[in-house]
Amino acid sequence: MSIIKTNNLERFYTEGGLTVKALNGVTLNIEEGEFTAIVGPSGSGKTTLLNVIGGLDSPTNGTVEIAGTEITNMKDNMLIDFRLKNIGFVFQAYNLIPVLSALENTEFIMLLQKEPKAKREERAKQLLKEVGLESQINKKPNEMSGGQQQRVAVARALASKPKFVLADEPTANLDSKSTADLLDIMHELNQKEKTTFIFSTHDQRVIDRATRVITLEDGKIISDETKK
Amino acid sequence: MILKISWRNIWRNKLRSLVVMTAIFLGVWSGVFIDALSLGMNNQRTENFLSTSIGHIQIHNPKYLEDNKISFTISNSNELLDFGKNIDGFHISNRTKIGGMVSSANGASAGNVVGIIPENEKEVSSIYESMVYGNYFEEYKKNGIVIGRKLAEKLKVKVNSKIILTFQDPNNEIIASAFRIQGIYKTANSRFDEMNVFVQQQDLARIMNTEILIHESGIWLDNKENVDQVTENLKSNFSNLEVRSWKIIAPDLSYTDEIMMQMLYIIMLIILAALAFGIINTMLMAILERRRELGMLMAVGMNKTKLFSMVVIETIFLSLISGPLGLFVAYLSVEYFKVNGMDFSSVAAGLEDVGYSTIVYFDMDPEFYFGTLVMVVTTAILSSIYPAYKALQLNPVESIRGI
Repeated sequence: MSIIKTNNLERFYTEGGLTVKALNGVTLNIEEGEFTAIVGPSGSGKTTLLNVIGGLDSPTNGTVEIAGTEITNMKDNMLIDFRLKNIGFVFQAYNLIPVLSALENTEFIMLLQKEPKAKREERAKQLLKEVGLESQINKKPNEMSGGQQQRVAVARALASKPKFVLADEPTANLDSKSTADLLDIMHELNQKEKTTFIFSTHDQRVIDRATRVITLEDGKIISDETKK
Repeated sequence: MILKISWRNIWRNKLRSLVVMTAIFLGVWSGVFIDALSLGMNNQRTENFLSTSIGHIQIHNPKYLEDNKISFTISNSNELLDFGKNIDGFHISNRTKIGGMVSSANGASAGNVVGIIPENEKEVSSIYESMVYGNYFEEYKKNGIVIGRKLAEKLKVKVNSKIILTFQDPNNEIIASAFRIQGIYKTANSRFDEMNVFVQQQDLARIMNTEILIHESGIWLDNKENVDQVTENLKSNFSNLEVRSWKIIAPDLSYTDEIMMQMLYIIMLIILAALAFGIINTMLMAILERRRELGMLMAVGMNKTKLFSMVVIETIFLSLISGPLGLFVAYLSVEYFKVNGMDFSSVAAGLEDVGYSTIVYFDMDPEFYFGTLVMVVTTAILSSIYPAYKALQLNPVESIRGI
């Protein structure tokens, strides 16, 4: 079942009087349970594509459909609510809330979803256990390593039970060991819980673990390879 | 959790938060302190004027107010005494009041010669409590006189010195008579001290060879709030006389009294308005520093209402920690100076020229503390609106620089 459908996506910017075509006719389908890497050189449109799929940016032309709902023309508040219920985000710089502990950061999305406290706490602890941080739940982000923070970010992204997780260069700031650990965790979640992951990455280790690799260049898909 | 995040956010940059909280604390404290000082000074000034020179109500022959002629007397002054007996807390002193010259070997000065019955005058005036030398007619001495210190200094006289009073009698004859200084008083109003001398009524009557002449009835009420009612009552019962409350006699005092609270609130408002810019600046800096985090919050699904609330709550916390603390310390300061007073002796001359006491006892209406608290909260809310609006204007993509 297609969870993401884009149709002839275009995203143009004007920079210094010149029109930059960040996305230039991207059409793709992503199925539920995929572990997809979007790769390409800098400026190829990877991040723009994730922003548009995630409803953070609007396409100049074309449409985005998430689980059968077109989000392209949604109003701001509806889009925020849609993101909350359907999309998990993992950011390159972790972007945890510095004043909250690992547990509170993970609970935060569920709090926005108005889940009761007991349920929030139970799920957050379960997710932190799954990412191997059960002993770190009361630590604040500045008391954790980059790898640990990114694992909290993954737990936070999954807390809302999203239809898919968008991750922009999630391993860019991590060392080899942390990268391997994080990939193991995400791969396991993908395999066991059928969580759909879509990464933008330069990292060969991520590309190697992906089941599908979409390559962008100058805003166009130049290859789309599914591994067996 | 929004409350928790807002609270913890305040302490992310402790120094900056403490600086703005200290500013709010000092602003609120100093505002209340200055207001209490102003109110205390004003109340004391009003009380000084009322208790020494004006009283609560004065009654005259209407013609006397147009022309201070000695012959324009209150003919039915005894009826006023009888009238007062029926009213609780009503005190009256009938006075002889003549314009004249006071002179000594060293100089002369124009002034009012006020003939009194000391026992009655003590009921309506506090001058007997303001004696600095001698006494206030403790025993009858023929031609004894009590004068103000300012006048004594001007005439270079002291207790037991002899001075000459010169004035016109009812027949327009100039009379000069020697008086011996029995006491010297000093009120908070040096102009009053320079202008008014007190003698016993019977001495004036004897010197002028007339019956006791009454030109002014001074009335003091135990409850100042009854002034308007008693004034109206007197007017209706003594239509031949001019009955005036202190509010009419000294409209400047009355007006100052009426607008005082408004002025105090305006002073506080100005201080809080200045503080508001400090709060806005601090919150804008906080928003700018945290734009990546705010962008993330919007990206993951925090709606605009919650984001707005978070910034507002943070600002209110910032103000509500220090504002009430400032109020509390201000309350303690005011209570201390309410009892002990603040000494302004170093500028006594200037203050006394305009009727202020040199020891100022602070005063404050309890409602003002509540009013100030409301103003602090309102300032916090208003100050938070612009930074919160700026937070809403952030573009998540630009703030996080891509997901």
